[in-house]
Amino acid sequence: MVEVNEKIAIEHGLKSDEYKKICDLLKRTPNITELGVFSAMWNEHCSYKSSRRHLKKLHTKGDKVIQGPGENAGVVDIDDDDAIVFKIESHNHPSFIEPYQGAATGVGGIMRDVFTMGARPIANLNSIHFGSPDHEKTRNLLRGVVKGIGGYGNCIGVPTIAGQTCFDESYNGNILVNAMTLGLVNKNKIFYSKAAGINKPVIYVGSKTGRDGIHGASMASAIFDDKIEEKKPTVQVGDPFTEKLLLEACLELMAGKSIISIQDMGAAGLTSSSIEMASKGDLGIEIDLTKVPCREENMTPYEIMLSESQERMLIVLEEGKENEAKKIFDKWNLDFAVIGKTTNSKNIELFFKNEKVAEIPINFLAENAPMYDRKWVKAKLPKENNFSKDKFKPLKLSDCLKRILIDPNIADKEWIWDQYDHTVMGDTIQKPGGNAGVVRVHGTNKAVAASVDSSATYCHAHPLTGGKQVVCESWRNMISVGAKPIAITNCLNFGNPEKEKNMGEFVECVEGITEASKYLNYPVVSGNVSFYNETKDMGIKPTPSIGGIGLLSDYKKMMTMELKNEGNYILVIGKTEGHLDQSIFARSILSEFNGPPPEVNLFNEKQNGNSILNLKNKNLIETCHDVSLGGILTAISKMSIKSGKGVKLFPLEGLVNKFEYFFGEDQGRYIIEIKPENLENVENMLKKDSIHFDKLGLVEGDKITLENDIKLSIDDIKEGYKKWLKEYMVN
Amino acid sequence: MKSSVIIFPGSNCDRDMDVALKKFGFENQMVWHNDAKIPKSDLIVLPGGFSYGDYLRCGSIAGKSKIIKSVIDFANSGGLVLGICNGFQILTETGLLPGILQQNKYLNFICKNVFVKIKNKENKYFKKIKKEVLELHIAHNEGNYFCSTDELKSIEDNGQIAVTYCDHKGNDDEKNNPNGALKNIAGIFNENKNILGMMPHPERMIDPFLSGEDGSLFFENLIESL
Repeated sequence: MVEVNEKIAIEHGLKSDEYKKICDLLKRTPNITELGVFSAMWNEHCSYKSSRRHLKKLHTKGDKVIQGPGENAGVVDIDDDDAIVFKIESHNHPSFIEPYQGAATGVGGIMRDVFTMGARPIANLNSIHFGSPDHEKTRNLLRGVVKGIGGYGNCIGVPTIAGQTCFDESYNGNILVNAMTLGLVNKNKIFYSKAAGINKPVIYVGSKTGRDGIHGASMASAIFDDKIEEKKPTVQVGDPFTEKLLLEACLELMAGKSIISIQDMGAAGLTSSSIEMASKGDLGIEIDLTKVPCREENMTPYEIMLSESQERMLIVLEEGKENEAKKIFDKWNLDFAVIGKTTNSKNIELFFKNEKVAEIPINFLAENAPMYDRKWVKAKLPKENNFSKDKFKPLKLSDCLKRILIDPNIADKEWIWDQYDHTVMGDTIQKPGGNAGVVRVHGTNKAVAASVDSSATYCHAHPLTGGKQVVCESWRNMISVGAKPIAITNCLNFGNPEKEKNMGEFVECVEGITEASKYLNYPVVSGNVSFYNETKDMGIKPTPSIGGIGLLSDYKKMMTMELKNEGNYILVIGKTEGHLDQSIFARSILSEFNGPPPEVNLFNEKQNGNSILNLKNKNLIETCHDVSLGGILTAISKMSIKSGKGVKLFPLEGLVNKFEYFFGEDQGRYIIEIKPENLENVENMLKKDSIHFDKLGLVEGDKITLENDIKLSIDDIKEGYKKWLKEYMVN
Repeated sequence: MKSSVIIFPGSNCDRDMDVALKKFGFENQMVWHNDAKIPKSDLIVLPGGFSYGDYLRCGSIAGKSKIIKSVIDFANSGGLVLGICNGFQILTETGLLPGILQQNKYLNFICKNVFVKIKNKENKYFKKIKKEVLELHIAHNEGNYFCSTDELKSIEDNGQIAVTYCDHKGNDDEKNNPNGALKNIAGIFNENKNILGMMPHPERMIDPFLSGEDGSLFFENLIESL
């Protein structure tokens, strides 16, 4: 057996003072298996040692919240006996090393988190970020990630209903793959990971354990260097077919009453799942590793404990229910083994070939895990932008629009979502490419909307505002399909927390998220943190991804963004000041990267959103789309392209310059379509609520026109918008 | 009318098919792949999905499964057997339908609405459908139909081509071929026209809030024709 010393501990990703703390706690030197267990539990990914202190500040409560952060996933009430279980999770590091398997197992992992709680997955989403399109690796990474996400989700038969794709050079060496799943559960039949009672059988089910993914969680807690290729063996390999069987078998077992607690084996595999269950139940646990089904020969206790083989679950059963449960797993051809029992020792005790190979008090691994108050600095105020309006003089609105529509961050992403099965399960009523994905709650009149957002550019320019903005954008996505926003899940992707600047970005983004979610009563119920997204000293822009969900009590009243009828009025709800700093117009047309992001006014945000829902409930809105990246002209163009219907824009009133008006990215705005006969009524209602609105134009013909400034046929703008990504991927 | 949907491990359109069949009046039952016998049925459906993970080849392991013998006996005695997507792949693997389904020409999974042209209405599957072109939905990675020249001649001569990919006007040329399928073939019959395999999913198109409603026409006709 390997003799453990400080050097070996450091090779396991532990710091020397952490190693010293382990020896002090144990009052001896750990053996290699024990060291492996400590390193797995104490790494950033599992212990949240840098983030825990700040995550406590998140707004996590609300009258719809059944389960907040701390479980496998969050749970919210959607009326009747129904609840939605949902969470987003990162799989960034593995996806960069091996894009197909990294992305695939990211999807598999998040689905397991959801069905572990007794929910049938009903929708998948993802947020993926890549380096500059010109970077040599981008194309292949994108191809691999999309294939991996599709390969897993399609096979399981869960629709991928929405997502987000961004390109920015800060991801050249660290792509982001964040996967989100929603599941439907009866709120009286939710399963938790807290074990209870002693001498209860501990059951292993699912795939066999192999040598894949050993130390995956530690890899996800380190920065990348030149030797990154060597880490390929630490990427797990996914088998969606087995996961489909595991899903069906678990749901079948959950229909009965034999499960006390259940936990999937995700990051740090058998180690974290067994310790978490025991820790939450304030119990001990005893495992005989000889009984763990293994795929490879001569696996050591160390390897078995640290393997991250996929599609495995750990279950604590009621005594005497073993045979009943085994029958179900036999039917689905899955391994089933009683590998241990709960104890009152409050220790984890591991046996192998009749010998005790490890014994550690559980609280050393969980509560006593290190927690750091990392140093951080407040982000500097953004440098001022001083482009003069002279810069606009040579520009034409229509040329700018055409260029913006083929910007990689705006152009159509059909090439991606055509590869995801988005209609299986027969309940997808709003597909990818809309305001948000929407699925019906099977067999009811209800539907659930979901979307994922991030705004790294804004967060980079001013983390506090950026954090607020992402939450607001998510809220707007819900409103614009007519759903009442319920709750969010967050995936916090950041650089190296040991650098004060990166840590500061994290702290301030979290503050922003908290402020907005509290004000909008849009609580965070689950999430994860991914630090160390850094390669050779180059870190990513701060990228919190927010996954939001909302409820439609009558799916027939869902709103979409396609323009409906000739002669209808188009209104912009919310005030346009013409904020161009950090906009796509400033960055890609003026090449100006300084300045603050658009200001977020939470009061207006809430008022505007609620007034849209109010109008929608009175059946006064035909079409709705939120205004985001690229401003009003980009938003209305997308609405035209989607419906094939043109727009006649009215001449501008007021003092705002036309470039500022049409491309400014002011927050809290929506574009709505109104029938002429409802116009007066709508105007009166908006005035009564003091909601600012502009009359933007009319649905008319098959062109977008504005006096002498713009005359663009829809076919003309559609071509570039639809083609960019497809052509990029072929070349 | 009684229908049976066979569930293989890895099937994932079984529930969708169950919902659709019931919506249009079938008394449907779900049959597990390990069951020895299929209950009395007027129609057997092999649903879409990834039976046995589609390992080895799509549909190949399901094509040798325990239940499949009863399906073959039922088909050979003239019973109606419908295979959608993976079900189509399974039917070619059993030899009940000629040809094979290869990986899509551009090597990507495709999920989108397509139009198909009905090529033969002298059968129970399309008899009373008034339209010539249906808008349906595909979601597959291996839908690129292929068969030998002799087989093609024989299925053409026998009117075994059921539906072909086309545009909304019914032009079934190469331009409207999403996956590289020979002659734009989206679905075929056996010689007796009691077996139909097709890639598009009518069960995903059964109400106006989904991708479309032409799937309803398919099921309405089916229950009427039986």
